[in-house]
Amino acid sequence: MNHWPFIIGSYALTILGTLGVTAWSYAAMKRAERDAEALRRDK
Amino acid sequence: MHKFANPARFLKLARPLTAWLGWVGCGLILLALGAGLFVVPADYLQGDSVRIMYVHVPAAWLGMGGWTGIAIASLMQIVWRHPLATVAARAIAVPGALFTAICLVTGSLWGRPTWGTYWEWDGRMTSMLVLLFLYVAYIALDDADRERGGEGRISAIFGLLGAINIPIIHYSVLWWNTLHQGQSISFVRGTSTIDVSMLWPVLVAAIGFSCLFGAIVLMRMRTILARQKIEARLRRMAA
Repeated sequence: MNHWPFIIGSYALTILGTLGVTAWSYAAMKRAERDAEALRRDK
Repeated sequence: MHKFANPARFLKLARPLTAWLGWVGCGLILLALGAGLFVVPADYLQGDSVRIMYVHVPAAWLGMGGWTGIAIASLMQIVWRHPLATVAARAIAVPGALFTAICLVTGSLWGRPTWGTYWEWDGRMTSMLVLLFLYVAYIALDDADRERGGEGRISAIFGLLGAINIPIIHYSVLWWNTLHQGQSISFVRGTSTIDVSMLWPVLVAAIGFSCLFGAIVLMRMRTILARQKIEARLRRMAA
């Protein structure tokens, strides 16, 4: 049995999942901190 | 620990630490996965499928480590009412669930060429699946509690109770005769049954993924704190 499709699938899933949650968390953090800062300035 | 109960003091430390952990984590992950794919030799028994170990093992450790973090934060919330403990537990839940899911899928993909099956209801796999269900339940419970204006005490109790599953996962390969292999690395005894040529990328990957996991948790904590600040300000403006 060729093992490489299983290896590539595992690495692709891990990399995509990790990148996805990192990008989502980063974007949410930047948006929330920008909104908080804008609200503080509007005060 | 109580020194960081002040969110302003915590944020002063978290801001530089987020970037530092993130970049160090990415560098170590690239090194470990590159070595796992192109440098490490194939196993004499498992062949090339052993390379899945470099993503599967760190994901398993983070899935279990994530819930351990939730349990510690829950205890801090219940006993000391540490204001950042609830925030930390909430921040850990989603990445913890993700890495548990990655562990299950990569384990399944490793199982097919090694055992001849994608899934078997043995102790290790079943207890790991239970951990994923616990994460999903925790996220749902915490969301519902937050919507009702709760202080997160219900989810903290759930976080503590769910920790019972962590030693079950760890000792499942010793307690039951499972298809899953036994313990290969013991940090308590400082021993490993894996040859050094194949072991070092596992450790580098585990450190790298842990650093990145730390950065993700800090980002999510900063998001929750910023949203709390917005909500508090809007309430004051409306009053």
